[in-house]
Amino acid sequence: MSIELLAFYLFASVAVVAALGVISLRNPVHAVLSLVLTFFSIACVWLLLDAEFLALALVVVYVGAVMVLFLFVVMMLDIKVAATREGFIRFLPVGIAVALVMLLEMLALIGVRAMRVAPPADPAIANGMANIQWLGQALYTRFLLPFEVAALILTVGLVAAVALTLRRREGVRHQDAARQSQARARDRVRLVSMPAERNEEPRS
Amino acid sequence: MHDDLILVAWTLVKVLAITLPLVIAVAMFVYWERKVIGWMHVRLGPNEIGPLGLLQAFADVVKLLIKEIVVPANANRFLFFMAPLMALIPALAVWAVVPFSQGLVLSNVNAGVLYLLAMSSMGVYGIILAGWASNSRYALLGAMRSAAQVVSYELAMGMALVCVLVLAGSLNLTVIVDAQQGGLLHWFWLPLLPVMVIYFVSGVAETNRAPFDVAEGESEIVAGFHVEYSGSAFAIFFLAEYANMILVSFLAPILFFGGWMSPFPASWGLLGAPGFFWLFAKAFVFAFLFLWFRATFPRYRYDQIMRLGWKVFIPITIVWVLVAGCLKYFHIVTPGA
Repeated sequence: MSIELLAFYLFASVAVVAALGVISLRNPVHAVLSLVLTFFSIACVWLLLDAEFLALALVVVYVGAVMVLFLFVVMMLDIKVAATREGFIRFLPVGIAVALVMLLEMLALIGVRAMRVAPPADPAIANGMANIQWLGQALYTRFLLPFEVAALILTVGLVAAVALTLRRREGVRHQDAARQSQARARDRVRLVSMPAERNEEPRS
Repeated sequence: MHDDLILVAWTLVKVLAITLPLVIAVAMFVYWERKVIGWMHVRLGPNEIGPLGLLQAFADVVKLLIKEIVVPANANRFLFFMAPLMALIPALAVWAVVPFSQGLVLSNVNAGVLYLLAMSSMGVYGIILAGWASNSRYALLGAMRSAAQVVSYELAMGMALVCVLVLAGSLNLTVIVDAQQGGLLHWFWLPLLPVMVIYFVSGVAETNRAPFDVAEGESEIVAGFHVEYSGSAFAIFFLAEYANMILVSFLAPILFFGGWMSPFPASWGLLGAPGFFWLFAKAFVFAFLFLWFRATFPRYRYDQIMRLGWKVFIPITIVWVLVAGCLKYFHIVTPGA
């Protein structure tokens, strides 16, 4: 058994255990951390497959940013641990049905792929380039239009999300940093020069 | 299998050869920080333990290690002890891709810069978990501030790195340094001057150092996310923070100041020859800047930190990606000239 295979089994088993933890842990913060661990293990598996960019992008985007905000929200919410367990039996049939359909779909996908004559060779290696180099070249030449369309859709989603939550209220004071930094001491404070005065309070 | 074992053992030796000097560097950096800030405050700084107070840091380490670790009531014990590790592990793992000289690197990966970004974005978990697991309002507030700050400045930092990538044409850190060959004026600081400033300032913000240290703002939230930590658990946070500072100090020369290249022309003999000492000297200058900032600037207000990150840095870097693309396209800057 080569060390790569050993590493694969290690990462894969960690991923499966962590994924189980996401749905079985009682504490929502623990569940989110378990999800982080799942993402990370999957990224490690992808690294073993020489998909460097995909793996590191997963860590940068999901582990480094999305899950941080997730954790942020879960920590702010005051979730009752017991309440999250209540619907378990009630929603179990639905969950099993969804899981079964997903399993069937995955099996179908594997079956379709197996019917192909041979798996295509890694295009990056075939072209004698590093994974990232090939990906960049492919994205910005052959797939430029879909790439730009995807970017546009994401931007639209972003603008829509901001527009939905933007509320205008009357009487809100805003700070204008440009004006703040233009303020000078002599505009705010007037230094007055006056002669000293003798203290002539009446004595009793 | 036998070869694999040797590979693992040899890698472990190399890891130790990076980590142990790093830990000692952190200790000496702490001493240097106290000394420099002391001089800037017209004080002496530590001067009692050892010659010139040089052993002060080691005395502090011993003190921290033998202190009791107090776990707050109702704290989540498991996460409370996991948090320092979550801060330290990425801070040490990043060093795997940092090249110290030509070929002197633990892992010469093609995706080096992406790996840097991935690992530095992991570091925020230690802070968030520490804040939450402590079961303290001060700690939670510190963690929230820190999370928002690190996530926002990571974007500016990532865009700054994109500018470097465009000019160097590679994500490999060794290739990036090689692309800056040809003397002082061929280093990337000149074509990427605003980006260089943004990168370093973002680095200061990302390591939660003054003037961006609202995560532990002593005046409002005591010590922020590590308010409940004591003894060796606190020491690990300390180690992670200073290791990250040294990392940023090393990356700034590698990305913008020619890494191990000499600033003098090659005809100057030994002074003109490239070598790891140039990288270390440049890193020392940037590490000193961290301390200088801390002694000089008052702490930023929280909303102004966010404004600076989102409304100033990110737009500038986006524009500069375009500028860098034009510089490269019209062959104004040619890598490895």
